[in-house]
Amino acid sequence: MSKVLENLLYAQSHEWAKIDGNVAWIGISDYAQHALGSVVFVDLPQVGDEFGAEEEFGAVESVKAASELLMPIGGTVIAVNEAVINEPELLNVDPYEHWLVKIEIKDPSESSQLLNNIDYEKICK
Amino acid sequence: MNGIKKTVLHDRHIALGGMMVEFAGYNMPLYYTNIAAEHHAIRERVGMFDVSHMGEIRVSGPDATKFVNHLCTNDFSSLPAGRLNYTLFCYENGGCVDDSMVYKMSEDEYFLVVNASNVNKDFDWICSNKGEFDVEIENQSDFYGQIALQGPQAEEMFQQMVQEDLSKIPFLGFSKLIVFGRETISSRSGYTGEDGFEIYAENALIEEIWDHLVKMVVVPCGLGCRDTLRFEAALPLYGHEIDSTISPLEAGLGFAVKLDKVDFIGKDALVSQKQNGLPRKMVGIELIEKNIPRQGYVVYSQNEQEIGIITTGYLSPSSGLPIANALIMPEFSKMGTQVFVQIRKKMIPAKIRDRKFIQKKYKKGE
Repeated sequence: MSKVLENLLYAQSHEWAKIDGNVAWIGISDYAQHALGSVVFVDLPQVGDEFGAEEEFGAVESVKAASELLMPIGGTVIAVNEAVINEPELLNVDPYEHWLVKIEIKDPSESSQLLNNIDYEKICK
Repeated sequence: MNGIKKTVLHDRHIALGGMMVEFAGYNMPLYYTNIAAEHHAIRERVGMFDVSHMGEIRVSGPDATKFVNHLCTNDFSSLPAGRLNYTLFCYENGGCVDDSMVYKMSEDEYFLVVNASNVNKDFDWICSNKGEFDVEIENQSDFYGQIALQGPQAEEMFQQMVQEDLSKIPFLGFSKLIVFGRETISSRSGYTGEDGFEIYAENALIEEIWDHLVKMVVVPCGLGCRDTLRFEAALPLYGHEIDSTISPLEAGLGFAVKLDKVDFIGKDALVSQKQNGLPRKMVGIELIEKNIPRQGYVVYSQNEQEIGIITTGYLSPSSGLPIANALIMPEFSKMGTQVFVQIRKKMIPAKIRDRKFIQKKYKKGE
C-alpha cells in the first residue's frame, strides 16, 4: 500500500500540492514513486517559469521511462528543490519530504479541482 | 490477463518479487530489485534472464542451407556446423522483417531464434518464401524455454552443471550439452556485450536449470536491464534500431549483409541503396547537458532543421552518460557534429559520437 498524507491535496496524475496561503509546494506521491521505480533523473523548470493547471512542467525519470509532471494548480515557480536534482533517489526515500518546486498560486480557487487524501487513496488502489 | 502468455518460469518471477509487465504478449519481469543493480550484476559478476518468450523455428531438409541463405542477409554456406551467426531477414524493399541468431546444426538443419514479438510474422514469412525448396519448417517456440546466463562469471557457474569443458566452446559456438541428464542446445552468445551462455531446452528442464542457478546465487535479471545492456553493447532491437522501414545498412548492420551472395530476399534493394548512398545513418549521440534522450525524440541540426530521430537512449548505467542511438541524415553524421535533441519543450545540445559505449568482453579465443 502506498502512503497518502492527510494534509495534502492530490492530482489524478499523482502530484501533490501543499498549499499555504498563496504559495504551494509541489511533489509526487508515494504511489507515483513506486510505480516509477528507482528515480535516476528529475527535469525541473526554472524560477520565474509560469504554468497553468495540468500543464507539463518537467519529468521524473527511471532508467526505463520518463514520466511527465503536471502542475496541480497554476502559478509561477518561485523555488526549485536543487536537492532532488542532485539526488533524484530522494524521491524514492520520501516523496513527501522532498518537494520539487514551490510556486506562487495564480488562482487559489483551482485547488477545488484537486482530491483530498480520502478520495486520492481510492484511485491508488 | 486475457490472452497474455506466461513462460514456464512465470510463477518463479512472481515468487522472486518480479515487477511484471506485458512484453510481446507475455507477462515478463521488468526487474526484480532495480534495473541498475541487475545491470551491474551482469557487467561485474553474473546474472540470468528468462528469455523463454523468444521464438525458435527449425528449418530442415536437403535444401536447408540454400533456403536459409535465400532468407538471410548473412552467408551460412561456409559457416561450420556447431556455430551460430547473426542475420537479418529483409523484405524485397530492403526493410527488416526481423533479426535472428541462426544456429547451424548441420548442412541439413538450422535453428532460427527470433524475437518474441515477431514469431508468428516470421514463421508466416519464412513459410511464404518456401517455394520449391525441399525443406520442412517447424515453429518450436512453445516447446523450448531459454535462459541467458550472462556476465564474467557465467562460464564458471555453468561449468558446475555440465561435464563438457566449456572453454572448448568458442564465442558463437554451441553444443548439445547434457544438463541433469537431458539435452540442451547451449551457445556461447548473448545480448549484453559480456561473455555468457544461452541455454535452450524443453520447458521442464529449463525450470530445473533456473532453480539450480538461483541456488548458486546467480542474480535473476529482468527485461529492463536486458535493454540497457544490449544498448550499451550497440546491439540492435527490432522496433528500435530496425523495423520494416529501416534497412540493415542504415542501421549500421552491414557486417551481417553479404551483398556478394548469389541471392537473398532484399538483395537488389540493398545493393541499390549502397550504390546510391544511404538515406539515413545510425549514429551515437551524447547530450552535453544532463537529461535523458529516449526513443522517438527528434534530433535537429544547429540551424533547427529536423535531421532524424532517437531509436534508443538511456542515462547509461555503466558510464552515467546520457547517450543514445539516432537514425539521422548522413550529412550530419560526422563525429563531433553539434546537434540538438528536443526533450519535452527544451532543445538540449548534443554531439554525434561513436557507438562504442562500452568495451565488449566476448571470449573470442586465441
